[in-house]
Amino acid sequence: MSDERFEPKIVAFLCNWCSYRAADLAGTARMKYQPNIRTIRVMCSGRVDPTFILKAFSLGADGVMIAGCHPGECHYLVQNYKAMRRYEMLRHTLLAMGVEDHRLRLQWASAAEGNALAAAINQMIDQVRALGPLDWPRFWHENAGHQEAIARLPHEHAEALEVSA
Amino acid sequence: MTAKPKLALYWAASCGGCEIAVLAIDEKILEVAAAFDIVLWPVAIDAKARDVEKMADKSIDVCLFNGSIRNSEQEYMAQLLRRKSKILVAFGSCAHEGCIPGLANLAGREAIFDYVYRKSPSVDNPQGIVPQPEVQVPEGTLHLPMFYDTVKTLDQTVDVDYYVPGCPPEAENIYSIVVAVIAGLKGAPLPPAGTVLGKETTVCDECERTREEKKIKAFKRTWEIIPNETECLLEQGLVCCGLATRAGCGALCPKVNSPCIGCHGANAGVVDFGARMMTSLASVIDSDDPAEIRRIIQEGIPDPVGTFYRFSLPHSLLRRSALSGNGH
Amino acid sequence: MQRISIDPITRLEGHGKIDIFLNEEGEVANAYFQIPELRGFEVFCVGRPAEDMPNLTDRICGVCPEAHHIASTKALDALWHVDPPPAAKKLRELMYSIFYATDHTTHFYALGGPDFIVGPDAPAAERNILGVIQKVGMDVAGKVLKMRHDGHYLIQMMAGRRVQPNWGLPGGVSRGINEEQRQEIEKLGRDAIEFALFSLQAFRDIVLGNKAYVDLILGDIYTHRTYSMGMVDANNRTNFYDGMIRVVDPDGKEFVKYAPKDYLNVIAEHVEPWTYLKFPYLKKVGWKGLVDGNDSGVYKATPLSRLNAADSLATPKAQEAYEEFFKTLGGKPVHATLATHWARLVELLYATERWVELATDPEITSPNYRTIPTAVPDEGVGTVEAPRGTLTHHYKTDSRGILTEVNLIVGTTNNYAPIAMSCKKAAEKLIHKGKVTEGLLNMVEMGFRAYDPCFGCATHSLPGQMPMEVRLRGPNGEVLEVLTKNLA
Repeated sequence: MSDERFEPKIVAFLCNWCSYRAADLAGTARMKYQPNIRTIRVMCSGRVDPTFILKAFSLGADGVMIAGCHPGECHYLVQNYKAMRRYEMLRHTLLAMGVEDHRLRLQWASAAEGNALAAAINQMIDQVRALGPLDWPRFWHENAGHQEAIARLPHEHAEALEVSA
Repeated sequence: MTAKPKLALYWAASCGGCEIAVLAIDEKILEVAAAFDIVLWPVAIDAKARDVEKMADKSIDVCLFNGSIRNSEQEYMAQLLRRKSKILVAFGSCAHEGCIPGLANLAGREAIFDYVYRKSPSVDNPQGIVPQPEVQVPEGTLHLPMFYDTVKTLDQTVDVDYYVPGCPPEAENIYSIVVAVIAGLKGAPLPPAGTVLGKETTVCDECERTREEKKIKAFKRTWEIIPNETECLLEQGLVCCGLATRAGCGALCPKVNSPCIGCHGANAGVVDFGARMMTSLASVIDSDDPAEIRRIIQEGIPDPVGTFYRFSLPHSLLRRSALSGNGH
Repeated sequence: MQRISIDPITRLEGHGKIDIFLNEEGEVANAYFQIPELRGFEVFCVGRPAEDMPNLTDRICGVCPEAHHIASTKALDALWHVDPPPAAKKLRELMYSIFYATDHTTHFYALGGPDFIVGPDAPAAERNILGVIQKVGMDVAGKVLKMRHDGHYLIQMMAGRRVQPNWGLPGGVSRGINEEQRQEIEKLGRDAIEFALFSLQAFRDIVLGNKAYVDLILGDIYTHRTYSMGMVDANNRTNFYDGMIRVVDPDGKEFVKYAPKDYLNVIAEHVEPWTYLKFPYLKKVGWKGLVDGNDSGVYKATPLSRLNAADSLATPKAQEAYEEFFKTLGGKPVHATLATHWARLVELLYATERWVELATDPEITSPNYRTIPTAVPDEGVGTVEAPRGTLTHHYKTDSRGILTEVNLIVGTTNNYAPIAMSCKKAAEKLIHKGKVTEGLLNMVEMGFRAYDPCFGCATHSLPGQMPMEVRLRGPNGEVLEVLTKNLA
């Protein structure tokens, strides 16, 4: 049993106009939230391609958050609705792949809502900590013995009688 | 007189369709036979594995390798043919992306075994006998390859020089690649290593159906509607993968009123086929209400993994579903 | 003991190896036909929408995807309790007949045929389609290439693509044909009939005209007395698309005739630890091992067995060829495995005649080629005769039509036991005093080639490592030790 508590790694895509400013506000106002998120600033939540989220999980992220302006308040008018639809598609697919629901979160936060965003981040970190590490690449590891099975093959071939034409 | 360049064709976890596709170049197969010395092609000629082991390294000029890697023998042959070949081509969807049998990455060895040897309604096996990698019989020892939990693509196994997409590749494309290879062996410049030898646009560009604006209130399953022959199938509510799929087939399936299922793999510049499908379909859903969006998706796409990763699961970013009992 | 390994077997679809053990006298002690491949369709198709299955099961085999496509489509009809309009059934059977003609042509000229056309122990470098072309000349090669070209061209026209069609739906097909297409199909069908007649004549000239080959066919090396299975219509005539499944015993008497949905009452699958493929057998007779005879549940499902199981063929020229076949070989049933190559050409003729019959049916251009299902899906079985044997698709779904269970008994799987027996017997009869040549090993392989096997089909499923029992045997076969792991 390890003494170290599992600390989730969470990647957060924050939109420049609302949620990134909310995170900024939380920082300057010293609102505490746990240090487990790695933030990536994008111009809009609608910029977030599902590829980014899948890539994060494939590289070992335990959770991914997408945060944007509230519906109706998007700086680019309607692109956060696209983010909403993409999130629903991704969630539907990730559940079928065995990624638990709380590991992907779509969060709305306006620039003034530093508190709310900090609380949401803390909640997500606690939920993911309870789920445990995801460490997706471990599912690709092949079972023990496959290298030996490969190495045996030329010997199996060589043991058989050589037959000429 | 210089010897003819050597050509090998091999199949790993495959279905034989790529072999039939090569034969579908019809009389041009004779040009291939004239231009190359075919040293390995189990469907058609009698060369054996030991013959390949005896070949000098890099003595095979071009190897067209189809099929994915899902057991130790297939991985061994991939390594062997990589050593023996100057140019190794991942030929067809299985080698390139994993293809439909890559959906086995939604399961693992244990689950699959449990059905096939115990639960299948036609199996008569009260003792639960199962195949083994090594079996002693009265006369000696018999060996079987070890089966993997996870299907791999060729480039997840060895270095690959080129890819030919398609399940199977279309005969016209195969022939033009053969012509380019023959020219390349005579000194013409070859594309950079790692190139996917195909078009760089989507099936939509080859499809003759008319396209207006897409506003989807509901996705339909193919058995539910009879689509008309002229309008875009996606606009009629069918999930058509043409919008993420590399062109090269001439949009054959929409010509018989069937939506594209994505067999030519992701278009150039697309890292994950499913991600492209998800984002494209998300764009055309005609709703801003989260509950309605969720309902449209869940009712219309009951099987997201099978629909979005039908051909590309092993090649996708996540490669497989979560597998219990694996890892730490 | 000394082990000889034919690895891999060649000129077929799929993977396999044959291990032959020689005793101290150089005689064959045993030969094992192992199948090392599997992919797992029955398990990974669970969770998929059932209507995806014609496309998913296409990829069980790229040589015979049309067989899976049609069997799957019929299973969908049964699953959704929908009866397609008559035009849809005729369109399916038409496409299927075109496919049959193309596929049987490929086997005879490229896979199994080279053994006869070039010679069974000709140099390996010549025993292939290229050697055939050299031997028979460009004129004949041109005919073969045209047949395959025409077949693929028409399959693409009707069903979407040359290889891996995308066409079948519960209640019908995705598209019909117009009059212009119909005319082209008819014309190429008449060409195909001529080609089939030509191929039968070529067989007479090259094979039946060569006494050594005739002796090989009729000889004991490749003969096995087993049950024979084939699909027949209401008049006991072979039909590839629909009908009941009829099994006759080694003496030719009807043993059982069953409806596809009752297959579980008739067939069971036996497991051996040294191969990934299972051995189907007739339940009521029982599994007695890899042996011939009325008391062994081993059966064949091949062009030969289909001719044995039928009383006649439904088209005139093929019926003449059927009569000639049995007259020449001494009556029904025929158990000479190599005669399967001839039976295949008789079927080629039937397929081409049926092709023209359907292409000239007044309903074939009807625009009524789909009925939308209205019932709630639950369970369905669809069976056709694949070129390589009786093919059964069995699906169960939830009320949305999402698959909960899939069971497949595939063409070549039916034949695994007789294939293994054919290769073992050939090895025993041909290899003596330790004298083995590459040509002799090819003659062992001829034992399986007659079946036109498709091991990609046969091995759609994937096992793993789980409970096991290993028996260690001494030199006299006595069990020294039994090791078990995880046995319940």
